[in-house]
Amino acid sequence: MAVAIILLLVAIASVAFHLFSPWWWTPLASNWSYIDHTITLTFWITGAVFVAVVVFMAYCVLRFHHKEGRRAAYNPENKRLEWWLSVGTAIGVAAMLAPGLVVWHQFVTVPADATDVEVMGQQWQWSYRLPGKDGRLGTSDARLVSPDNPMGLNPDDPNGKDDIVVQNDDLHLPVGKPVKVLLRSIDVLHDFYVPEFRAKMDMIPGSVTYYWFTPTRTGTFEVLCAELCGAAHAQMRSKVIVEEDKEYHAWLEKQRTFAELSSPRSVAKVIYKTGSE
Amino acid sequence: MVDVPFDTVAGIPPAEVGEVDLYHPKSWWTRYVFSQDAKVIAIQYSITAMSIGMVALVLSWLMRLQLGFPGTFSFIDPNQYLQFITMHGMIMVIYLLTALFLGGFGNYLIPLMVGARDMVFPYVNMLSYWVYLLAVVVLVSTFFVPGGPPGAGWTLYPPQAILSGTPGQDWGIILMLASLILFIIGFTMGGLNYVVTVLQARTRGMTLMRLPLTVWGIFTATVMALLAFPALLVASVMLLLDRLLGTSFFMPTLVEMGQLTKYGGGSPILFQHLFWFFGHPEVYIVALPAFGIISDLISVHARKNIFGYRMMVWAIVAIGALSFVVWAHHMYVSGMHPYFGFFFATTTLIIAIPTAIKVYTWVLTLWRGDIHLTIPMLFALAFIVTFVNGGLTGLFLGNVVVDVPLSDTMFVVAHFHMVMGIAPIMAVFGGIYHWYPKITGRMLNEVLGRFHFWVSFLGAYAIFFPMHYLGLLGMPRRYHDIGETAFVPASAHDLNAFMSVAALIVGFAQLVFLFNLVWSLFKGKEAGGNPWGAASLEWQTPETPPGHGNWGKELPIVYRWAYDYSVPGAAGDFVPQNEPPAGLLAQGAGP
Ligand code: HEM
Ligand SMILES: [Cu+2]
Ligand SMILES: [Cu+2]
Repeated sequence: MAVAIILLLVAIASVAFHLFSPWWWTPLASNWSYIDHTITLTFWITGAVFVAVVVFMAYCVLRFHHKEGRRAAYNPENKRLEWWLSVGTAIGVAAMLAPGLVVWHQFVTVPADATDVEVMGQQWQWSYRLPGKDGRLGTSDARLVSPDNPMGLNPDDPNGKDDIVVQNDDLHLPVGKPVKVLLRSIDVLHDFYVPEFRAKMDMIPGSVTYYWFTPTRTGTFEVLCAELCGAAHAQMRSKVIVEEDKEYHAWLEKQRTFAELSSPRSVAKVIYKTGSE
Repeated sequence: MVDVPFDTVAGIPPAEVGEVDLYHPKSWWTRYVFSQDAKVIAIQYSITAMSIGMVALVLSWLMRLQLGFPGTFSFIDPNQYLQFITMHGMIMVIYLLTALFLGGFGNYLIPLMVGARDMVFPYVNMLSYWVYLLAVVVLVSTFFVPGGPPGAGWTLYPPQAILSGTPGQDWGIILMLASLILFIIGFTMGGLNYVVTVLQARTRGMTLMRLPLTVWGIFTATVMALLAFPALLVASVMLLLDRLLGTSFFMPTLVEMGQLTKYGGGSPILFQHLFWFFGHPEVYIVALPAFGIISDLISVHARKNIFGYRMMVWAIVAIGALSFVVWAHHMYVSGMHPYFGFFFATTTLIIAIPTAIKVYTWVLTLWRGDIHLTIPMLFALAFIVTFVNGGLTGLFLGNVVVDVPLSDTMFVVAHFHMVMGIAPIMAVFGGIYHWYPKITGRMLNEVLGRFHFWVSFLGAYAIFFPMHYLGLLGMPRRYHDIGETAFVPASAHDLNAFMSVAALIVGFAQLVFLFNLVWSLFKGKEAGGNPWGAASLEWQTPETPPGHGNWGKELPIVYRWAYDYSVPGAAGDFVPQNEPPAGLLAQGAGP
């Protein structure tokens, strides 16, 4: 009796916690509402299964609890029941997988009009690079990293001269424009993660990874590192500021290009920071 | 099943092992220390695994103290926190659960359940334990070397694991890799034994389809481990070479603290593929033995045959096979080619089907049973609750696009603790309460046992169920302190403190359990040979605890499956596997 009640309470408390607890995802700030919908759908299906199984167990414990003279039934198999349960499960699984794959397809298909934005991770800070007037980012190489060129940009690449370099500062993005985030690292794995955007992807030294999204509301969002990268992993923070076009362009005007930064006079102004913040 | 092929049984000549084939102990040393008796080896494995498990448990308290009350404990700094999670995770998964299920339960139960006198290679079996012990000693030594244990996370991802921004990159990581290599060598020796024993040393009449599901679970898990551990072995050797000799298997051109290193041309993702080719099957290496044990506990304590035995066996084998083609679901956001996501999400969700079937057969076994709420049965119920909960959140993380926001958050930590931490531990406890009487001849104390059960089950659920929601909120894992973060409300810190208090209480209950294990050894109620009225062979031994050679003069002969409970028309509510059918004795065809 007590055991059955406690099992029931576990099911009820879990559902109640889900419905009434204050901890839930952050308000969405990107186009990935589909991801949220898929999670909601998955919660419904799995929640129903969880409650069904636990309640059924509680019922069995209550109803078939040992009493003097009770004898268990003898039924080794029931082909039909087993068959039905398998098919039912397969349908439930397909109901979650199918929308999931459709949304994944969108996630990995970058729209043609997305602007490139480069995010570089290093122990333990973020740097950003935006293409200049030519709309293209220059090449880079970890071998070129030096105090004067902390992002390891290729000085001989004409595409890179006008790239806008943002170091030790926040990234700004215009609202409503799709961006393709190109992710790079010069030392270990990192992961550029903004909870409100829902997207994340590891950055790997030696390769460039990416994802895309469209910021859908203005505001300031915290950047965290989601892949263990050593001692100061938890302190590797930055911010993304999503703003209207006008403000964004005003900010852009004030940024400096790679060429400006690497001309001898301005080198002194660049403070290169190593180590943790 | 009652489809017993009587004639073939009678036709097989008795497979009797002569006395010379058993390595009887000659002294105290060979009886208790360098013993070749699988049962002694099992106990050695279990005691070692539980001892090192205690270290992992204490580490979890320290981590929870830090998470619940950040800044309060000045002796835990960020580096140490990372070292704690690494050691805690590695110990729990490999040195505790894998060793306990296969080395502990496997050694004790396989020979007894299949009706063998011992493992087929007793000497190698003994070596297996000693190499395992050495692996544990090397692992523990990392706490005492300069720089301390590795802090790269239990996944040991390069480049980070062997670079100077990570604690323990000096000695710690080298010893950790050495310890893993030793563990794998030791395990392989034991694993070959378990597999060959199940295939070759079954007693007369013990067909594969009459094996108890515990044996099926341990057997399949062992086969998987023999196929999966080599991937970890090569990954460990390669990482060791990268660290010691400066090779670049996993190391691309990179900068270490502002300095260009000599590394170049390697692939960090390659390590992840190797690691998870081992790591995913590893989840089932601890889950399948638990599945088997739970099936048997439910059947015995509900006095009912396991529902859909054949389906159960096929589900175990199907899960075992499928789990080798899902590994990259741990790498959805690793930067591998995004199209892999389609394939791995599909295979991962397909595994949910045989897994769900197992759950159905457990609950359908309860249905119309005669449920004795003994402590093993309670743990079995708790196993189902936690396993179903953790399995269902696996459907979130397996469904590639849903994984994107959740991966590397506390949601993942909550998920895997539920499904491969708490649930298997519930099976371990249930198994210990169930078989302790056979191993020692005494029952574990009932009152302490019930206390241990309720605190562990409800407490663990209270730690890990709410944790999912912190992950959903966006709290990343492996953070020693989330600090001031705009999207994290103050209430989340209270929840963290609550989970930490629950963790300490759960930890305390484990001490009660350890006390019970020792106390009952001397003061427990006498159990007799078969206190639960179980039908499988290990309960039919002539002596309790079974002597060396298990069966006295003659090996048992098996006439039926292990689940003849409440058979209509039978006198008692169970028929032992080695009880000849009534008709057979009358015909004089018996042994
Ligand atoms: C009541 C018992 C336990 C508590 C309180 C506990 C607590 C924790 C905590 C606080 C973390 C670190 C989370 C983070 O910051 O990322 C962790 C990680 C982990 N735990 Fe446990 N744990 C327990 C039992 C177990 C068990 C039984 C297993 C066996 C599978 C296990 C396996 C792991 C693993 C694999 C990690 C990941 C380590 C990493 O991130 O590298 N834990 N645990
Ligand atoms: Cu990081
Ligand atoms: Cu997996």
